[in-house]
Amino acid sequence: MFSADLLVNALVAGLLLGGFYAAVTVGVSVSFGILDIVNIAHPAFVILGSYIAYIANAQFGLDPVLVGILALPAFYILGGATYQIYYMSFEKRGQEALRGLAFFFGLLFITEVGLILVFGVDYRYVSAPYIDQSFSLGIIHLPMRMLVPCLFSLLMLICLQLYLTRTFIGRAIMAVAQDQLALRLMAADPIRIKRIAFAISIATASLAGAFLIIIQPVEPSVGREYIGRVFAICVLGGLGSLPGTLIGAMLLGIVESFTATFYGPSWAPAVSFGLLLLTLAFRPAGLLGR
Amino acid sequence: MTVRWWTFLVVAAAVAALTFLGARAVDNDYLFFAGYTVLQFVVLATAWNILGGYCGYVNFGTAAFFAIGAYTTVFFHKTYPLPIPVLLVLAAVIGALVGLGTGYLTLRLRGAFFSIATLALAVVLQTLVVNWNYVGGSRGAYVIRPNEIAVIGSYIQYLFLIMLGLTVVSLTVARAVERSWLGYGFATIRDDELAAEASGVPTLKLKLIATAVSGAIMGMAGAPFPYYIGYLEPASAFGLPYAVNSIAMPMIGGTTTWVGPLIGALLLGTLQQVATVTISSAVNLLLVGLLLVGFVIIAPNGIVGLVQPWLRRSKGKKPHGG
Amino acid sequence: MAADLLQVQGLGKRFGGFVALDGIDFSVAQGERVGLIGPNGSGKSTLVNCLCGTLVNETGSVHFDGRDLRGLIAHERTRLGLARSFQLPRPFASMTVADNLRVPILYTVNARHGGKHVAAGEIADRCGELLSLVGLAGRAHDYPRDLTQVDMRKLELARAMASEPKLLIADEAMAGLSHSEVTDIVALLIRLNERGITVVLIEHIMRAVMSFSQRLVVLVSGRKIADGSPQDVIRDAEVERAYLGQ
Repeated sequence: MFSADLLVNALVAGLLLGGFYAAVTVGVSVSFGILDIVNIAHPAFVILGSYIAYIANAQFGLDPVLVGILALPAFYILGGATYQIYYMSFEKRGQEALRGLAFFFGLLFITEVGLILVFGVDYRYVSAPYIDQSFSLGIIHLPMRMLVPCLFSLLMLICLQLYLTRTFIGRAIMAVAQDQLALRLMAADPIRIKRIAFAISIATASLAGAFLIIIQPVEPSVGREYIGRVFAICVLGGLGSLPGTLIGAMLLGIVESFTATFYGPSWAPAVSFGLLLLTLAFRPAGLLGR
Repeated sequence: MTVRWWTFLVVAAAVAALTFLGARAVDNDYLFFAGYTVLQFVVLATAWNILGGYCGYVNFGTAAFFAIGAYTTVFFHKTYPLPIPVLLVLAAVIGALVGLGTGYLTLRLRGAFFSIATLALAVVLQTLVVNWNYVGGSRGAYVIRPNEIAVIGSYIQYLFLIMLGLTVVSLTVARAVERSWLGYGFATIRDDELAAEASGVPTLKLKLIATAVSGAIMGMAGAPFPYYIGYLEPASAFGLPYAVNSIAMPMIGGTTTWVGPLIGALLLGTLQQVATVTISSAVNLLLVGLLLVGFVIIAPNGIVGLVQPWLRRSKGKKPHGG
Repeated sequence: MAADLLQVQGLGKRFGGFVALDGIDFSVAQGERVGLIGPNGSGKSTLVNCLCGTLVNETGSVHFDGRDLRGLIAHERTRLGLARSFQLPRPFASMTVADNLRVPILYTVNARHGGKHVAAGEIADRCGELLSLVGLAGRAHDYPRDLTQVDMRKLELARAMASEPKLLIADEAMAGLSHSEVTDIVALLIRLNERGITVVLIEHIMRAVMSFSQRLVVLVSGRKIADGSPQDVIRDAEVERAYLGQ
């Protein structure tokens, strides 16, 4: 029953999936891990990205990854605006615990229902020349529709990591989590830094959404499946650590892949959420800690 | 003058009885069907608010507890049908246990983690139910509603009466908790958990109590549902509208007192009944979402919060009852 | 020293790589008035947090009233009689000033005596008494948001006192108070002490510390560098260099 072929391919599929999951999660890793903002609406922004990729692909035949890149500025601005509202309404008043959560939940909900109203509940997908292709390395089967998003995800993660560790603003973002006073003394406005960071986190959703619709067809409620995945990965990988996010994502990808291969796909949603519950119960600092 | 809880219970029960008799006089079945749904929301909103509004811990998994009640009924309907009052008790017990379990695992962490865990709970439970063929799995289960029941006559009127009873119970419990020493403790958890602990408040114990009570009432709200709807499938039992409404209604009505969820549920519930019939159910949900976000930003203390300053000015300082 | 109310031995606390407290030893005898001083960042608040259970120390032990506090969480320590006020006031914003004081009475005093020790009617009187003591009489029905920073500090102190502690740790309760207000609070704390409450005063205002303390402890960079009578301590060379000479 456990043939080497099946095992190896499940493992590889898990790794590829994991790379993609990291792209979806990295935004929350920044907003929750560094800014301490529980943005459960992040998957809604990802789905939005998917639908934008769908429209551009259906109307103009543009490659989804290209659309994801072109939409980055729009998502960046959207993220900045969202943070501004969040800050003025909740963070400033110290009410983020209850009201901030309700706010993001409301956004998540509005996005999903809005998409249903505009697009209906049918699955949407994109077409691109490489999507149906795959190639093989020995017994390893590599579908392009998984490989391309995974590679671009890794690229995005590397760029983000370089930005956070090498540029002034990037390091200010890392610092704002730890010491706002010191940041002020450096003549940087913490609010502005946080806004930039949140805007970046939403911008990643643009690309993640494009990757998503390459991997699988999308419909409005798909976003909710990803809430559990995203937070499970954050908790597993340690909040605010990009390498940790990648490792956590790959772990989750592998566990999901094995579950789907050997137990069937109807158990898949329970995997991420179940893993999340277990991790929260026993090791909330994450496997890698901070 | 402080109104004791049993006085409140009697008055509320009287109001409920009058409502019921009034509805029978009108004798339009639609009134009972719509009324059941609105009251169900009152119960869910009130239950949610005990943990969410009083303690400040947001539960995104209302649907999970509601479905626990509903599927308990389905399970027994297939095994050995029990009268609804018994099902209510069973649903309350299971709901309380699940609430305690989730709480024990996650309430020592930050509130945000608890909230995410409740979301996870809903999905895990839904997946379990979908894979559990005895209660119908993803295909769903038929629960035939009897036509008649002794004394009252029409079964739908009986269900409406049950929901009226649950409403009275949940409002009495919420109000009693709010005005008791327990209520003070809950409020300190919401305001500043660290200071609460330093003042001697056993925060974990209180949060577990709130979670258990909230889960029990939500379970009870779900128990009669299969008989009401006739056909229960996981997608509807675990539906997102339950989560959104049980959060939106208290937030819009006001989270610090028992009156808030009541107002929010009556208003929003009635609005939705009207909207679903006249516009469409998707637009209706969109409105709920927009109202939630709008109120949270503009009027964070809800309708009660908007009205309270007026009341305080006209009555003088409002004393906090014991 | 047999009848020490509080005994701290080898207390250590780190945050990642940063050592906040490095093997602190000190004790407080029943009925003493101890002052704790040190520059910003020396670990004073961390020490308070570890004593009261808000933070968990990695090494060392804390004994209070003969009991080892290991494993006890904050509210349990408060119930044993160890109370603290917060450096940055943390009032319960949604309730009145009087209700803020009601909470420790309900949850600490009542609980300590297994239920109804203070009858409901008495609680209001108790709250009024405490408010008068700290100079907030007549503000019982106000909300914390209506109070000035200074009044909030007084409320903070009153709330700690409401739990009828054996040992009260006042964490920089006097910041921002006027000259006469400082004198009043010091007098209040001395009166409390005369009633039998042991007080540890953490402060920057040297005048208050000197007039209040029977013993002075100095903390610098997570280590205790002096512990003795106030006169001796301020003349200590290391203390001068590290703290007073700045």
